[in-house]
Amino acid sequence: MSDTEVMASGPADETAGDGDRCLTPAMRQEIEQLCRKYPRKQAVTLPALHLVHEKLRHVPRRAVVEIAELLELSPAEVQDTLSFYGFFKQDAPHGDCRVWVCRSISCALRGGEDVFQYFCRRAQVEPGQTTADGSLTIEVAECLGACEQAPCMLAGNELIGDLTEAAIDRFLKQREADS
Amino acid sequence: MSDFEPVLLARIDRPESHRRSDYEATGGYATLRRALQSMTPEEVRDEVRESNLRGRGGAGFPTGLKWTFLPADHDGPIYFCLNADESEPGTFNNRILMEHDPHQVLEGLILSCFATRSTTAYFYMRYEYPRAWKRINDAVAECYEAGYLGQDILGSGYSLDVVTHRGAAAYICGEETGLIESLEGKRAWPRIKPPFPAVQGAFGMPTVVNNVETVACVKHIVERGADWFKSIGVPADPNDPRDAGSYGPKLYCVSGHVENPCCIEAPLGLTVAELIEDHAGGVWKGRRAKAAIPGGISMGLLTASEFDCPLDFKGPGRYGCLGLGTAAVVVLDETVSMVDFLHNSCRFFAHESCGQCTPCREGTAWSLRLLERIRAGRGRLQDLELLLQIGDSIGIMPGTTICGLADGAAWPIKNAVRKFRSEFEDYIRRTNPDGYDVTDPVPALDWQATTPVP
Repeated sequence: MSDTEVMASGPADETAGDGDRCLTPAMRQEIEQLCRKYPRKQAVTLPALHLVHEKLRHVPRRAVVEIAELLELSPAEVQDTLSFYGFFKQDAPHGDCRVWVCRSISCALRGGEDVFQYFCRRAQVEPGQTTADGSLTIEVAECLGACEQAPCMLAGNELIGDLTEAAIDRFLKQREADS
Repeated sequence: MSDFEPVLLARIDRPESHRRSDYEATGGYATLRRALQSMTPEEVRDEVRESNLRGRGGAGFPTGLKWTFLPADHDGPIYFCLNADESEPGTFNNRILMEHDPHQVLEGLILSCFATRSTTAYFYMRYEYPRAWKRINDAVAECYEAGYLGQDILGSGYSLDVVTHRGAAAYICGEETGLIESLEGKRAWPRIKPPFPAVQGAFGMPTVVNNVETVACVKHIVERGADWFKSIGVPADPNDPRDAGSYGPKLYCVSGHVENPCCIEAPLGLTVAELIEDHAGGVWKGRRAKAAIPGGISMGLLTASEFDCPLDFKGPGRYGCLGLGTAAVVVLDETVSMVDFLHNSCRFFAHESCGQCTPCREGTAWSLRLLERIRAGRGRLQDLELLLQIGDSIGIMPGTTICGLADGAAWPIKNAVRKFRSEFEDYIRRTNPDGYDVTDPVPALDWQATTPVP
């Protein structure tokens, strides 16, 4: 799904009359509700970034400005926080599925790096990049905290452990079947 | 030892262990009910203090003592931050607790908040735990339904809200003031202390930051008493007035080159050898061990001849390691190159240094470059001295950084190079036979093009 499709997937009236705004009224409302949970609006920076990132798969600069307005901050403050965390994409959305392959010690000791290289070769994508069809983004991650299942990766919300080349093949095949 | 009864992991194999109904069916929230009805916050705090519970997140600071640093006459809110940003390589015990027994964590959290008179708890969880995130959010909702959270909990007059807050994949957020800065919506740059969070923490208010396993222990201390807790583990050394002892059960993670990587519960003081042989099925593939990290990668390295090291708050330090850390052991078998190990460690810390303190930002980055150069067959023997120089000069201990991340980066360097020096020297001589003693500067490398020498 592309960026615009995600935007269009909300109810039609949500974007009506909101012209070139990046955040939908529903997203703005959600961010405003989050503000009640914290004594300062700035604390909603990460939750708001997550909210936008989850919906748009990245946080465009325009969204940063709109979040800053809602939180009564300078856009630079929101951008400062966003850029500190390697998590948030900004220039382009990640693929339908964002995969993190662990490269830290417990996984590395059990072949994690080889699996990662194999995965990239099989999916025909450079490390950290998104496949040409936009279906898959493959990135490295530091310790995913699932060392008892090393080597492991996080595919969206799904933790996949005990990775082997065969497991990667199965994962790719399953995704093909699902699409 | 043999009559040790696990409490923290007692429920995790039950199929519905994460549901409130199942938790209540095994006695869950009875302790909270009793404490709220019959104890004052001070009595709960004193019980925890009496137990000598020490923080399970890595630093081992006595929990009850930490709580007493809160101002007694503060009339504004007191905040509680639950540190669920578990990110130390090799460590996953908090994930197990949150996924399989979230209500145990929440009961401990509510009791800890009651003891510290906190009115809001921020449950700060790392992003990489989507399953735990869902389980904890569901469990929090179940607590509100049952009246364990919210206004006037169980008719006690005590009110508490829990706000779950999700991190964004940054190791530094596990440092308690980094966590607070991140919670406040800023980059997670640790603060200079003092003021300590207990005096001025989140949103400028007195704040307690405790680890997930720590509050889970609180639940059992309130339930069973400080004497029960102190009957487990390693007593304080009577000849050392500063030793707070290593009491209570502990979750140990063991991973890497063992047959059965796992998380187990045992009294503090289990040795590395016992953990590997008795609980993890021994070293994998019938091989011998070469080394192990004792408590997350930042604690350094034990050689295989040091596996009699007890995993308590004093043990690893006696073997030249930084400390107990998270008690997460990662085993390296005899085939592992220490150059590769150290490269992996340096890469982690170079990636995770927050960049605030120059010695850490530059020291971690340069140690990685040195390791990349060595791996690329361009290493020089004096690079080892350079690595040690970096290792000895970055961190809280040499007084050059605000937080302990750099100490954690330094320890694997110092232990690996000092305990396995001949291996590093042999590697450099073998891979760079003509240039190992050249003192001229080495031209800059194209780092992208470097590959390790087989």
